[in-house]
Amino acid sequence: MAKISFREALHQAMDEEMARDENVILMGEEVALYNGAYKVSKGLYDKYGETRVIDTPITEEGFTGIGIGAALAGLRPIVEWMTFNFSLQALDQVINNAAKMSYMSGGQLHVPIVFRGPNGPAEYLSSQHSQALQTIYTHIPGLKVVSPATPYDAKGLLKSAIRDDNPVVFMEAEMMYSWEGDVPEGEYLIPLGKADIKRPGGDVSVVTYSKPLRVVQEAAGQLAGQGIEIEIIDLRTLRPLDTRTVFESVRKTNRCVVVDESWPVCGMASYVGYLVASRCFDDLDAPVELVTAEDVPMPYNHTLELAAQPSVEKVVNAVKKVMYL
Amino acid sequence: MAEFIRMTALSPTMDKGTVQKWNVAVNDKISTGDVICEVETDKANMDYEAEDEGVLLAILVEEGGKARVGDPIAIIGEQGEDISALKKQAQEPASHEPAQEEASGKQAQAEAGGRKPAGAERAGGAAVAAAGQESRAGRSSGTAQQAPAAGQPVQAEQPAAVPGRMPAQAGEAAATAVAAVTGMTQEQPGEGRIKISPLANRIAAQNRINIAAVRGSGPGGRIVKRDIEKIILGRTQAGTIQAAPAGAGPAGLQEIETPVSQKRAVIARRLAESKFSAPHYYLGIDVLMDALLLSRQRLAEDDTQGKLTLNTFLIKLAAEAIKKHPLVNSTWMGDRIVTHGSIDIGLAVDREDGLVVPVVRNCGARGLREIDTDLRALIEKARAGKLTIADMDRATFTISNLGSFGIDDFTAIINPPGSAILAVGKINKRPWVNRENSIEIRQVLRLTLSCDHRVLDGAAGARFLNELKNIMEQPVRALL
Repeated sequence: MAKISFREALHQAMDEEMARDENVILMGEEVALYNGAYKVSKGLYDKYGETRVIDTPITEEGFTGIGIGAALAGLRPIVEWMTFNFSLQALDQVINNAAKMSYMSGGQLHVPIVFRGPNGPAEYLSSQHSQALQTIYTHIPGLKVVSPATPYDAKGLLKSAIRDDNPVVFMEAEMMYSWEGDVPEGEYLIPLGKADIKRPGGDVSVVTYSKPLRVVQEAAGQLAGQGIEIEIIDLRTLRPLDTRTVFESVRKTNRCVVVDESWPVCGMASYVGYLVASRCFDDLDAPVELVTAEDVPMPYNHTLELAAQPSVEKVVNAVKKVMYL
Repeated sequence: MAEFIRMTALSPTMDKGTVQKWNVAVNDKISTGDVICEVETDKANMDYEAEDEGVLLAILVEEGGKARVGDPIAIIGEQGEDISALKKQAQEPASHEPAQEEASGKQAQAEAGGRKPAGAERAGGAAVAAAGQESRAGRSSGTAQQAPAAGQPVQAEQPAAVPGRMPAQAGEAAATAVAAVTGMTQEQPGEGRIKISPLANRIAAQNRINIAAVRGSGPGGRIVKRDIEKIILGRTQAGTIQAAPAGAGPAGLQEIETPVSQKRAVIARRLAESKFSAPHYYLGIDVLMDALLLSRQRLAEDDTQGKLTLNTFLIKLAAEAIKKHPLVNSTWMGDRIVTHGSIDIGLAVDREDGLVVPVVRNCGARGLREIDTDLRALIEKARAGKLTIADMDRATFTISNLGSFGIDDFTAIINPPGSAILAVGKINKRPWVNRENSIEIRQVLRLTLSCDHRVLDGAAGARFLNELKNIMEQPVRALL
């Protein structure tokens, strides 16, 4: 099996889908001639030409709307946002058009589109460019939201997202693009809405997704050294949410920690925490603990920036807390 | 800052303790680790060591008084501190609420002033003890349990005994009463909210554990899974059982009520749990004892170290038979059966206040003399009331010998976590039809084995008992 980067995995997914279906197009800022701000689309312009790999002006609302229109007209666009911080410009298009068309047309219209790009904090980007906005998108009925943590998952899920007839928000992370992992040769798909147990364990269920997975994995190593075996559940898809895998794990361990790099108020972690508290009530030996971003705009100061995010130490402490240690 | 000294769980299964003796008096200085009082737990008398240092400001539970685990038994602090708020709190039933504790503690610190008379202290302690009592025994008797008036603490602390029974039958009666109570797991409202995790609550309900008696180890005293598991573990590990020894004679025409001691209550509970949960069956066999008795006599003649007790032989030969049938040395765990690596044999020992079962460890690997030495030491300790929990823990097999009481044969109740118990009767001279079909006088011992059918099927129990008979009749067989 080849070890490739997260970036390369996304590239392969788009390349394979574009080769498979000529209706698949890619559009966004700098995706074509510049090969993408993060080089995810490298080579695609040369391979598929200017009609399928399209540079857009710096106007998110405009090109996102064009993408949605193209999807309604029968194409399967991939709209790349340079970052999700910029996607806020396009929220009206996403929420009021993409997410609603199928419902408002009584199922006559479909919007098979993927909105993708890096989400969440990188480093030294301060408050406006370090936001983890998954909660805002996951909040909206009519959207699917995917947020993988490994190259393998990224490739299989992006291919499924492109083939899905609903608008899919596909959230990556700048810091993850260079992460490497095993990805098999040849085509495979990972269905949307399926969580994955990244590490089995009997003591505490730790639910996470996307970039914090690594933090949780490191915490798992430390905890294992102390005789505590956590089970890591990678949600992979935030909507639709694979609650079954989460509940089964919690019913086994009786304890749950949710690790999420978005904010805690009305956040993804809060919702998962509510579901667990409600559906696994009789199985819980401790309240669900959340490890999230701190409830502040991201500080620029690097020490504070790190302190505002989930850390290994925070995860270890939360796990011990639900174990009453 | 003045604070309560609370009754703590000095044994894994203890939910209530009786203060036997205070070693310190009010105004004495206490250092961490000092033995401040002796507490009768459900199993043994234990030393209560101070966890904090300071001056003993008040004794809330007098000698002979009972307190639930978690209830205040004394107040410790600095000389001259005002403790009226704490004392008041001690009289309130909802003393488990940590928020209140904190508030009252601060209050106590803020106030200054004198102490209440000793009578008030005592009444407070008694009220607490009685409140604890009500949840455990009060309802089963059908008698209303009122909090005692000041000045009558001792009577009111006792659980209701069932009237109209002879003392010898009290254990049996209590067993029934306790069984009835254990069916109810929820604390009645008005006794203060109990903090318990949903999971712990569910496990407690499934195991019929009265959560009011559980001391929570979670934040703010929350009862969590491990607290309940500890109790369940204690139930399987502990246990004193047995048919009661031949009781006292008729006590005249007067009706006598005997309060149930903690030990008696535990015996009752364990007995009931074992008998109600383990499907017992019984196997009887006659053993010709002439050869064994002769060997024992010969050994005594040759040996200056004294005569080995018959129980020593029983323990050793049972261990040898168990080696050939290890399943007898097992514990039913619900979803699995644990066959133990060590043969730890308990021997029921009669004591006036209830039987105890000291355990001789690893009998399979040790010789008669070693077992005899251990056994004598344990019995000595048992008679002196000095057995520790470690001495009585986890018998994997138990022997009960009522031969000295003139009992020919009887059936015993299995002593958890074991799966079988051997009831040993009296050695009788009997006419015996020998192989030549003539009658001779032989010394015959009747053994009755009680088995837990969940672990041991009839044939398995029978094979073991037959093996034991053969080994006892011809001890050299143990070497086979």
